[in-house]
Amino acid sequence: MNQDKGEKYKDAYVVDGKLALPYQYFAGTVGSKFLIALRDKREILGVRCDTCGKVYVPPRQVCEKDFEDLGDKWVMLGNTGVVTNFTIVHKDDKHRPRKAPYILAMIKLDGADTAIPHVLEMVQPENVEIGMEVKAVFSSEPTNTILDIDHFEPVL
Amino acid sequence: MSAKRAAICAVAQLPFEKAIWHKRIQEMCFDVVEPVLEQTGVKFCKKPGDGGIRSIVTVSDDVFDARTISNNAIQDAVGAHNRGEDKVAMDGINAIAYAVSCILSGHDDLILLVGHCKESQAESRNMCTNLAFDPFYLRPLGLDFETLNALQARDYMAKSGVTDEHLAKVVVRSRRNAAKNPVANARDEVTMEEVMNSPMAYDPLRELHIYPQSDGAIAMLIAGEDRVKEFTGKPVWVSGFGNCMDSYFPGDKDLASNFPLKKAAKLAYRMAGVTDPAKEFDFAELNDAAAYQLPMWAEGVGLCADGAGGEWIDGGGMEKMNVNPSGGMLAGNPIMLGGLARAAELVIQLRGDAGERQVAGARRGVANGTTGAAGQLQSVLVLENDRAGR
Ligand SMILES: [Zn+2]
Repeated sequence: MNQDKGEKYKDAYVVDGKLALPYQYFAGTVGSKFLIALRDKREILGVRCDTCGKVYVPPRQVCEKDFEDLGDKWVMLGNTGVVTNFTIVHKDDKHRPRKAPYILAMIKLDGADTAIPHVLEMVQPENVEIGMEVKAVFSSEPTNTILDIDHFEPVL
Repeated sequence: MSAKRAAICAVAQLPFEKAIWHKRIQEMCFDVVEPVLEQTGVKFCKKPGDGGIRSIVTVSDDVFDARTISNNAIQDAVGAHNRGEDKVAMDGINAIAYAVSCILSGHDDLILLVGHCKESQAESRNMCTNLAFDPFYLRPLGLDFETLNALQARDYMAKSGVTDEHLAKVVVRSRRNAAKNPVANARDEVTMEEVMNSPMAYDPLRELHIYPQSDGAIAMLIAGEDRVKEFTGKPVWVSGFGNCMDSYFPGDKDLASNFPLKKAAKLAYRMAGVTDPAKEFDFAELNDAAAYQLPMWAEGVGLCADGAGGEWIDGGGMEKMNVNPSGGMLAGNPIMLGGLARAAELVIQLRGDAGERQVAGARRGVANGTTGAAGQLQSVLVLENDRAGR
């Protein structure tokens, strides 16, 4: 690492390091079903709380409002939805899924009450609009994460 | 015997900088512990019952330090060896509440609080905050605190009539105030034009709308009422605290609702006996990691009507209510210390030690701290001095 050291710090040493830990995350029983359906059937599943009626995606075991068990309350969601919010990412960083600039959008899938973030492509940044109809484009290679949807793009 | 009240008796801050690369975290901690010992004459406990510090509360984050149980590394520097220590891995403003809880419960009557964070050592702080998101649905999309804040900014600005020009006003004013704050990081003045021509980072947020990378450390001595006089003639009383958590998944919530801050403020004000926040505070410190958060948090703590952030800026609300005399988080505090630095400024102001940025006659102030992106956990602290008359 290069530092502007000057005389006072001429012997100061900064050691390069890395925090790296191969790791296995259990996806949970609910998450496993979601990820497998996404990967093998290209279906996007949510769960519905019978108490408050809210349809959650990504799915989860328990409604945070009602503590209702949602583990077997599956509903099939559409592969289409609308943009509810977006930002244009102008800065590159290693954890980001695309080279900048790209569009990170919040998308409410048809049949869901919550939105999911995803990359929006095939539209110029200046033409993105809240309320725009978009569809999921699935990845050709499995990732076992939400990136089994490669991106969303406008419905033409 | 447990105390009825607790006061902050001393505060020390290491001047915040973009990269304090030449100090290890241990030295940064020691550099704020030593002035607290000097200011108060307090000693570390050698024998039970000798009146010295026996309990230490620290603030740090494993990922920013790139070592797990990050508090282990600093035990000697904060005097915790052979004594009690607890770590708060959240915005350090919550550590004040933890310390006060220790005192009010009777667990101890004296707490040394020490927080540190270096944003500079990781290749990017956004890579650190990306790890706050779950590994299946959010992390792969590159979400981090800055991009999620940008999504909140878009929702909030639409709701409250806040424009690019309003954000520029917030940044210009932050720098002007920070120029008078010797510990602030970003102290160079900027013009409206410079802010409005600053490159877009994440629409609608420009680079100058986002707080600069920052390193620093803060220490405080907090004592129960019966012991305060041993350490200071200018105690700052902790009169209210509340916090509230929003949903984890960003798509589950209305990012512009402000509900966790409103609820945290309600809890803090009930404890402090505050009924009209717009009138009862002489000043406020709001934890604005990005410029839109200043008016948004002003709405949340009740300094400004809900949805009226834009008009409030136009009407001179920031100046009239003495918001962020320190320059705010926008002037540069590391993420773990944002709210703790806000609380530190409250203490300095309420002690009358703020020099040329002193709010005349300050008696009572409010600060907030945020943990997570888009104010996911909001914490509100009310502090006052003896002139508040309670
Ligand atoms: Zn429910």
